[in-house]
Amino acid sequence: MSFLVNVLEAMLRVSTPLALGSSGEVVTERSGVLNLGIEGTMYAGAFFGFYAAYQTDSRWVGLAVAIAVGALAGALLSFLVVTLGVNQHTAGLGMTIFLIGTSEFVNRAALGTGFGTSLKVETFGVIKPFGLGGIAAQYGMTYVTLLIVVPCLWWMLRHTSLGLAITAVGENPEAADVAGINVKLTRYIALIIGGMLMAAGGAFLTLATLGSFTLDIIAGRGWVCLALVIFGRWGVFRALAGGLLFSFVYALQFRLRLLDAWQGVPFELLLALPYLITIVALVASGRNAKYPGAYLKPYRRA
Amino acid sequence: MSVSTHVIDEPGPITARLIDISKRFGDVIANDRVCLDVRRGEIVGLLGENGAGKSTLVKVLYGLTLPDEGRIEIDRAPSTIRKPSDAIAAGIGMVTQHFSLVSTMTVVENIILGTSRIIIDRDSARKKIVLLCESLGFGVDPDELVSALSVGQRQRVEILKALYRDCRVLVLDEPTAVLAPQEAETLFKAVRLLANSGIAVILITHKLHEVRKMCQRVTILRRGSCVGTYEVAQHSDDELVELMVGRAVEHANHETVKPGNLVRMSVRNLVVESRGGRILDNVSLEIREREIIGVAGVSGNGQSALVSVLCGLTRPTKGKIEVNGHDLTHGKPMDYLNAGVGRIAEDRHASVIAEMSVAHNIVLERIDGFRKAGAIDEKAISTLVQKLIQQFAIRAAPNDPVSSLSGGNMQKVLLAKVLSREPKVLVIAQPTRGLDVLATREIRNMLAFQRVNGAGILLVSEDLDELLELSDRILVMYEGRIVAEFTNSQFDRNEIGLAMTGSGSR
Ligand SMILES: Nc1ncnc2c1ncn2[C@@H]1O[C@H](COP(=O)(O)OP(=O)(O)OP(=O)(O)O)[C@@H](O)[C@H]1O
Ligand SMILES: [Mg+2]
Repeated sequence: MSFLVNVLEAMLRVSTPLALGSSGEVVTERSGVLNLGIEGTMYAGAFFGFYAAYQTDSRWVGLAVAIAVGALAGALLSFLVVTLGVNQHTAGLGMTIFLIGTSEFVNRAALGTGFGTSLKVETFGVIKPFGLGGIAAQYGMTYVTLLIVVPCLWWMLRHTSLGLAITAVGENPEAADVAGINVKLTRYIALIIGGMLMAAGGAFLTLATLGSFTLDIIAGRGWVCLALVIFGRWGVFRALAGGLLFSFVYALQFRLRLLDAWQGVPFELLLALPYLITIVALVASGRNAKYPGAYLKPYRRA
Repeated sequence: MSVSTHVIDEPGPITARLIDISKRFGDVIANDRVCLDVRRGEIVGLLGENGAGKSTLVKVLYGLTLPDEGRIEIDRAPSTIRKPSDAIAAGIGMVTQHFSLVSTMTVVENIILGTSRIIIDRDSARKKIVLLCESLGFGVDPDELVSALSVGQRQRVEILKALYRDCRVLVLDEPTAVLAPQEAETLFKAVRLLANSGIAVILITHKLHEVRKMCQRVTILRRGSCVGTYEVAQHSDDELVELMVGRAVEHANHETVKPGNLVRMSVRNLVVESRGGRILDNVSLEIREREIIGVAGVSGNGQSALVSVLCGLTRPTKGKIEVNGHDLTHGKPMDYLNAGVGRIAEDRHASVIAEMSVAHNIVLERIDGFRKAGAIDEKAISTLVQKLIQQFAIRAAPNDPVSSLSGGNMQKVLLAKVLSREPKVLVIAQPTRGLDVLATREIRNMLAFQRVNGAGILLVSEDLDELLELSDRILVMYEGRIVAEFTNSQFDRNEIGLAMTGSGSR
């Protein structure tokens, strides 16, 4: 029993950055733009959040800075793909390389730590609502993400005119334009919101779980989020479900490794398991996925 | 014959006025100091050939295009319209030439899209929409996804969208181009109601009978310039055409020949099933030499399936297809081509490769015939294409990319491609949809000419006038079946129209 509790407790923790990253990507892609800068944005969120927290001795300032960096990253990508109409694959991958490079540069230049830093910041702690332990003992950010951020995004997409506008510019920007919507502005807003969420997901790792920054801290979580978006067919709750599935398998293999019975199995194989499951799930659910109508297409009035 | 440039200027409250609008696209002058005004409760027609600049002019009014020069006045006060939201705020509504709807959203969502409220209230919007629908006699389910609607219903949603924003000026850019006659009827009834309620309507169309029925005044554009504004009642159709084209156009006078006895294509008990339903249900027909068979019907009653099955793109579930006596029931598209079947599909944009030149599009299907030592023989292609451009009166150069052509010229390129192979059977859908009067006449003449030359033609069209003009026989399709057949001598608009709605009993 405690084994399962352990796994579920870890699942919720592991899923938090994925939930933030994938819902950020959902909002972005719903507007018709692919943000391949997600890995870099999460990375920059993790680093700059940590850096600001370290400099000011405040995890709150750290989180705020991470979110601001995410907004900037979203705005920069918008400038490239919405205003200039640059190819979205190129611009996104460029953003990832740029953001990871910048983070590592500042890390080395300002903190002087190249490999495995021992610098620590105070983290957001685990809260135990009503004194409950076990599965309920989670980081505040996990609670906020799963119970407030994701439902609010769902509501925003469905019940606000901004949400409707984002979906419309992603499906048919010509129609949105005729309806009086500012297509470019809407895409900027979607990308900025998305960037903020992604960066917050990265910052969760440094400001909640670890309390420090290490190189390659995101370790492909951004790419996993991209798959989750397709798995979730551009719905925040479905993407979250995918994230939970991934996290469950991830937490499970982690615990299994510690069991005697599993000692013979190479841990690399177990480590690959969640990714394999993601691919299988993606193939099963993503084959007939209907992409947003204007996916990858810049909009310019004829 | 000359027509006096009689500009009407009777007093009346002008709602919107475009003054001296000029707009250039590169070398093309789309609008050259064009003026247009529309009054309260009036339906003003806007006529002109393809590319005359009609859409450009109304896009300027709606803020979709910024003019190089010119002014806009709304209620006699100068107005700056730089984007659609400005136009909407000024009370202008627009139904664009191609639908501007988000097909993955519901009717309600499409209608409230862009109206400025932070939190959307579907319920109150739905109430308002239901009321609007009732007052106009529109049967549209507000909660239906737009992708599930027929073209006619989509058109109504477009109008509702404009009315929901309380427009006082409504622009309709070729609203009936894709509508069946009955649907057009419903649309015009509603438009008439709106005009009577005081809305000023600008109606762009290529169909003169629509102008005659709906409008008192008509403004005519020719190659970007304003020819003038005329009282419709004082001018004949021929005069209006002359004003549009700039010269007199002779009437179509198709040679009368009798269909022969040779059966070009025979189709027996054809069934096409898809997802359990029958899209074609027991269709039998015969096309003889020198015969045009018209297929009438409201869109979506199996016509597209019929066209694609008769050229090998769809496999029939049951039945038999013979071309010139050869069984092609299970043939591939290439077998049909080789057997002399030519096809022109309804979606011309999907039938051309837009980035490729006119010349390459024309020879695409038989590029094998233009090889010299393994390379493409551009010289031979160019010689042939020059000849075809002449013959089919295509207004373009061989090396122009097809994407730069107007709809009419694109259609002629397709005709040149198919007809230059001298097909024995021609299967053609919506050949003149969206084309101007002149191009329409030219293309109909080409079809009539093919018939005289011995081809058997299956002509699918939603334009009943086209079918009446060209066909030897008319078949009416309804829900995948042929529900009625009329021969030349007994053509009757009303009866055919009735059969199209499924209520004819023949
Ligand atoms: N965005 C654009 N870029 C370049 N040229 C354009 C553009 N829009 C229109 N044109 C050109 O301007 C001219 C007028 O086009 P417009 O669409 O206004 O014609 P139209 O009268 O509406 O024709 P149709 O009956 O085919 O709809 C055409 O020659 C067209 O090729
Ligand atoms: Mg037009």
